[in-house]
Amino acid sequence: MVDTRVTLSGWTLDNPIIPASGTFGYGYEYAELYDINILGSFSFKGTTLEPRFGNPTPRIAETPNGMINSVGLQNPGIDAVISEELPKLRKCFNKKVVANIGGFAVEEFVKIVEKLDKEDIVGLHEVNISCPNLHKGGKNFGTDADAAYEVTKAVKKVATKPVYIKLTPNVTDIASIAKAVEEAGADGISLINTLLGMRINKRTRKPVIANKMGGFSGSAIFLVALRCVYQVYEAVNIPIIGMGGVSSAEDVIEMMMAGATAVEVGAYNLVNPYGSKEIVEDLPRVMEKYRIEQLSDIIGGAH
Amino acid sequence: MKQSIFTIDYNIALTSDVYKMRLIGDTSDIKRPGEFVNIKLDGFYLRRPISVFDCDEEAVTIIYKVVGEGTEYMKTLEYGAQLDVLTGLGNGYDVDKCGDKVLLIGGGVGVPPMYYLAKKLLEAGKTVSMIMGFNKKEEIFAKEDFEALGVPTYVTTVDGSEGIKGFVTNAMDMVEYDCVCTCGPEPMLRAVYDASKTTGYYSFEERMGCGFGACMGCSCKTKYGNKRICKDGPVLVKEEIIW
Repeated sequence: MVDTRVTLSGWTLDNPIIPASGTFGYGYEYAELYDINILGSFSFKGTTLEPRFGNPTPRIAETPNGMINSVGLQNPGIDAVISEELPKLRKCFNKKVVANIGGFAVEEFVKIVEKLDKEDIVGLHEVNISCPNLHKGGKNFGTDADAAYEVTKAVKKVATKPVYIKLTPNVTDIASIAKAVEEAGADGISLINTLLGMRINKRTRKPVIANKMGGFSGSAIFLVALRCVYQVYEAVNIPIIGMGGVSSAEDVIEMMMAGATAVEVGAYNLVNPYGSKEIVEDLPRVMEKYRIEQLSDIIGGAH
Repeated sequence: MKQSIFTIDYNIALTSDVYKMRLIGDTSDIKRPGEFVNIKLDGFYLRRPISVFDCDEEAVTIIYKVVGEGTEYMKTLEYGAQLDVLTGLGNGYDVDKCGDKVLLIGGGVGVPPMYYLAKKLLEAGKTVSMIMGFNKKEEIFAKEDFEALGVPTYVTTVDGSEGIKGFVTNAMDMVEYDCVCTCGPEPMLRAVYDASKTTGYYSFEERMGCGFGACMGCSCKTKYGNKRICKDGPVLVKEEIIW
């Protein structure tokens, strides 16, 4: 009998599989398909202070082995999430969730974390800093070590639950951003967010996506994600939630060996709605294949 | 929604770029006309959402146009090939709410969902008329299918090479109706919206990620709030549409 449990900052998950934010809504859509309690946890749709419709359509483009999305953080806003989405979720999920939040100013992140911190169902805060900072001319929080430090520090002040900072890979040196958020007190790091990409319709000679560029995800980015997790593991001493193109239990093992304690599954849920469940179910078989008894033993095993 | 494996019964060309494919498999989750299926193709990451042309206990039939690499590959598939298909997607048309004298209007590959809808409306004892719009004679398909149901069918072509010259709206005055159900390119939907004097149900198209409501890739604004074309649509009621 293999042991698939892993622990994130004192929170023990039955297994490391966490559907990634933006691919799993607030959970209940998938609960119509299968019992989502089989999952380690899941990361809910990126939630902002105010309701957001997001970007114009088309928001989606296909790529070889992946996709580009430019949804633009569509969500009903923190108050509606707490009053409407979380009660629906509680009816079908008896575990804690990863609360994924986004913001466009430091104060916004702080306000959201303050509100969500009081919710029992939240296991940890996953702070998406791949957003433009409206007070700094739209410069992305996650591409600037000082801004990443500042938002981490501010959020940590008001949070009693663990704070994980979700990093963008669209930087020159991801390890330096990771070090900055560790120094600011982050309990862990989540990576990678999508890679910035685009596609052009050769018939119309125009970008496929209305917003021109978008986040590239899917199995095509797995090797970039693996490399980033490996680099960040070398640079910091806090746990890592690894993600980016994970589409099988084999990928989960590889991501954990690179340094991830838990693993998020993103775009794969969109092409295979049962994808995360199938990975959880296949994990024991793949562990036996590689003679792994205790899954947590392999974290960072490649270093 | 249900995921299952379907086997191709036939996959034939109706025009130079429109194909008809019958898929044998579990159709139990296809509940309403206007729904779509989402097909996984080898070598393509995202599934292909295609509307249901016809459906019975043993098979679902789709009609699709070759518009890109995915459908280019799809047209090469032959009898016996197996496909991973998600069925029962979208909210479809509610036959009970469609009035008694229903005018169906399809433009191009917006025609197919009108066929299954026509069958269901006739089963419910309603009067059905059909207007189908194409650019030219060579593009026309499925006319005989509607006629076989006994549905009065009007064809319009933009160049006048067959039927009534012009757009679907040029034929609307020839029909008495108390509800319009339509599917086609957005400019056509808009023209129908402006020309129709009654309520109606309009089926929209949008690029989708998942097709089952998870990714928010196909959101639109309506008078009744934000909706996902794949899950809350593709059929919207006239009164909620914002152009």
